[in-house]
This record gives sequence, structure tokens and C-alpha cells, in this order.
Amino acid sequence: MSTATVTAPAGRTTPRTSGPSLGLLVRVELRKATDTRAGRWLLGITAGIALLVAVLGGLLGSDADRTLGDIFALQMLPLSVFLPVVGILTATGEWSQRTALTTFALVPRRGRVVAAKVLAALLLGLAALVVAFGLSCLGAVLASSSGAPDAWDASGAVVGQGFLALEVGVLWAMAFGLVLANPAAAIVAYFALPIAFSVVGELVPGLDDAWQWLDPNQALERMPTETLAAGDWGKFAVSCVLWIAIPLAVGVVRTLRREVK
Amino acid sequence: MWGRGPAGRLVPVILCEQLTKRYGTHAAVQDVDLRCEPGTVTGFLGPNGAGKSTTMRMICGLTIPTSGHATVDGVPYAELPDPGRTVGVLLDASAQHAGRTGREVLTLSAMVLGLPRTRVEEVLATVGLDATAARRRTGDYSLGMRQRLGLAHALLGDPRILILDEPANGLDPEGIRWMRRLLRDFADGGGTVLLSSHLLHEVEAVADHLAVVSGGRIVAQGTVDELLSRGGVVVRSPEPTALRRALAAAGLPSTPTAEGGQLVDGTAEAVGRAAADAGVPLVELRVAERAGLEDLFLSLTSSPDPAASASTAQEVAA
Repeated sequence: MSTATVTAPAGRTTPRTSGPSLGLLVRVELRKATDTRAGRWLLGITAGIALLVAVLGGLLGSDADRTLGDIFALQMLPLSVFLPVVGILTATGEWSQRTALTTFALVPRRGRVVAAKVLAALLLGLAALVVAFGLSCLGAVLASSSGAPDAWDASGAVVGQGFLALEVGVLWAMAFGLVLANPAAAIVAYFALPIAFSVVGELVPGLDDAWQWLDPNQALERMPTETLAAGDWGKFAVSCVLWIAIPLAVGVVRTLRREVK
Repeated sequence: MWGRGPAGRLVPVILCEQLTKRYGTHAAVQDVDLRCEPGTVTGFLGPNGAGKSTTMRMICGLTIPTSGHATVDGVPYAELPDPGRTVGVLLDASAQHAGRTGREVLTLSAMVLGLPRTRVEEVLATVGLDATAARRRTGDYSLGMRQRLGLAHALLGDPRILILDEPANGLDPEGIRWMRRLLRDFADGGGTVLLSSHLLHEVEAVADHLAVVSGGRIVAQGTVDELLSRGGVVVRSPEPTALRRALAAAGLPSTPTAEGGQLVDGTAEAVGRAAADAGVPLVELRVAERAGLEDLFLSLTSSPDPAASASTAQEVAA
């Protein structure tokens, strides 16, 4: 230690002419999501629950419900809770752990870091889908071997919808995370606000029609289990602009401007 | 050669001009002018809350100034092509994810900077974090270990500029000596260092240039030698009031010292003659030197009214 010296400007390493590429930043963000005990536990528990759901879904319940499509829909329930949390932690971690000081000193173009975080969380969603589908197939094997007649029944469209619903949830959670920059507040807001909003729609008479356009959960809840009607997509898109696109834009702008302390 | 302008004149590597940050009506940093040149260590000195950290965050583009601007290598920090390879930054050693190991923190940044993993081991060795320490999570680190990790992080990209906020905080005396040596070598190799501290003795031994900040303003700056000579002379009399009157009559600006004497901006001869002319007896008259710098620092930074400090500084620097 006492003999250590540093060579200042000698430039042993050749300076790059530009900063890190987006692909590199995505790899870094994926690593950040998995290199802490908290992150590994979260992903491990998610995988464990998915396995449990696949096995139980394949063995329990009526024969008619023990199908690949139904098991996959069941898989989406825990995933739609855990993956948004992963997204929130990715979006807020730099602020709650104060690593923003080093992250944004290394990459002052914060927009690239935010883009990398969103892409990384969506990639985790894709990976979760692959795992969930694989485990659902395991569930279907169990269902088939225990006498379910239609064990391999599934609709590709509905599986696709389930995946879309999962990724929309991740994006939604990240939007709240970027706006609030605080994991606890973002998790509470992400889970509580939409429920409260849906409840208001159900309790107050006459809001039903409007809520179909304003509440993304009207579509999100059905997407893993049934094919949406053509008219549902427009309503879903409008509600997503309100709850996801606008908060995401606000969150990105806030992140670009927020003072790093 | 980098760092030199067309006429061979040194171009400041870090430059702040009229840098100001206000929070509501409170000015955390006001009209800060600062220049750091290659081959030098600049000590940014002031009490806690004086605005040192805010100034450094503005230099690094992390806090947007209310007015004024800061450049690194002639451009705003955010426009540096690859800042991590140019500037090593340590703004808060405790700002690390508590759940990551020391080695993982460095590995992530090495990835961002496109550096081989061997570089991580190199900087760990440079700062004296052994394999056991590198495997531990930073949440279990002592403040001294965090500072070493922070320094390793700053050195990672082999930068030629270092911006370090209170890097000696939490280091033991041996660690402080080691860090001084490291920064001195870095600057002697042509690097530029800006480091802050609230303790004079931490920086005076290593800094070529000092900027004393108080209440968000720079109240004195110059080379250590300049500040020392500007420290003037210390004079003490059993009749302090008469002495102050005599000094004022002779046009010698003075400030009271902690020991009950006066710190005078002037030569010992001028002070001696002024006292003799007024018939004021003296019990002490000496060039201020180190004690003067300490007194200067305290007198500049302990005033509750920054405007008063600023005017004192101008007197001292005049």
C-alpha cells in the first residue's frame, strides 16, 4: 500500500472517443438487478413460486382447468406482482442507494441510463416469460400424466396477451418509480392507486363506460385468460396513455433534471 | 502537450465562473470563481455546509447551477466524450449500494468504462483493499474502507483529473499520509486534483493552491505560499485597543487572532514602526506562517455573516 503510486496522465488504457454503448449499459443494468442479495432473493423467490404454481396447477383442480393455457395464466399472477417490483427497484435504486452519484458521473447522459434500465427490466420480463412457459409445459406434462384430457390446450394469442400484460405492468411500475424515485412510495403507489381507481369505478354508478377507457386493469386482468375483443384494444391504449405513458414521460424528465445528492 | 494553450500558458482544467446555486432564497453557492491547473493540487477548504460539495456536484454536472457555469477540459462535464476516463470522481464514499461487494462496485464501473477486470484488481491493490475486504459487502465497511473503495473507484478509469470531496474523512493518520502521497504523485505526473476538506491540516501539506470557502462564497484563494505571506504578521500588545488604533492610523488592516493578538497584513517592520510611533508596547511580533494560516482560515470561515467574511478576505488579500 505504502509503495503504491498512480500514473496520472500516461494513458495506459487508450481513451475511447465516446461513452458506453446502450447495449453495454443494458448488460450493466441486468447485472445490477441480480448482483445484490436482495435482487437475487427477489428473483429466486419468483422462480420458486412459479415452479410451485406449475406443479400445483398441473396436479390440482378439475381436469378441465388443468391445461397449458390455464397453468400459464396462473403463472402470470405471481409474476405480475414480482416483476413490477424488480422494475421499481431498478428505476429507484440509484436514488435510494445514492449510487446515482457515481452512475451519472460516469454516464452524464442520464437518458441513456434510463433507457438501459427500461430495456433491462423488459428483458427480465421476457426471460420470466420463457421460464414461465417452460414451467407451464412441465405443469402440462404433470396434468397429462395425471389424466387431464386437454392438458396441452392453449391459445397462442392469449399467451401473447399474457406476456404483453406482464411487460405493460413492468413499464407501468417503472414509470411510477421514475416519478417518485423512492422504492417504498413507488411500490405502494403502483399497487394501491390502480386498485382504488378500479374500486371507485365499480362503486360510483355511471362510471362504467368511462372507466373502460381510463382503467388499464379492465383489460390487463383479462389478457392472460381470454382474447380481447377488437374494441377493447383502443380503450386499453387510451388508459395506458393516462396511467403509463404520461407518468413515464414525467418520470424521465424528472430523472434528467433531478439533483443528484 | 495537453493542458497547455497555444502560448504555452497553462489552461485551467477545471474552471468555475460565477457559479451560483440557490435553493429558494438561500444561496448555497454564490459567485464562485475557481481554476485548477494541470500538475497542481487545489485544496477546497471550508467548514461543513459552506457549499464545497454543492460546487463539486455542479462541476460534475450532477447539480444544475442557478447561474454561472463550470467546465472541465474546456467543456461542460456532461459533454466530455467519456467522462469516466478523464475525471475520477469521489463525491460521497458512503453513497454505495450496501448489498454489493467492494469488488462488484468496481466491476460494474469497469464494465461501463470498457476496462478489463484486471484493472479492478489493480486499483484494489493501489488503495490497499485486500481480497477479504473486496469480497465483503460495502454495508459492512468502515468509513475508512469506503473512502479507499471510493478512491479506487475514482482511479479506475486512469483519469488525469481527480475531484474528491472530503477524501480524508474517516482515514486514520497513516491513511491520510498515504493519500497525500498518492495525490502528490498524481499531480507531479501532470494530473489535476481538486479536493475538499473542512480541516486545514489535511490539505495544507499537499495542496499547491487553496480556495477557502465560507457561506457559499470563496473568501480567499491563492497558493499556499501566497496565503502564508498574505497571512502577514502576528502582533500582540498588553494594550490591544491602542495597538488596533495605531495599526488603523498607519493604514494596516488587521484582524484579531484566537490568542488575543492581531493578524496584520503588512511587514513586521511597518507594524513595529506603527507601534513605536504610537508608543504602544509589544510582547510579540512575528511573521504569521502556519499559525497565521490557521488563524486566517478560522477568521475567514467562522464569521456568521458571509458578507463580512468576504470583505475581510479582500482586505487580507489586498
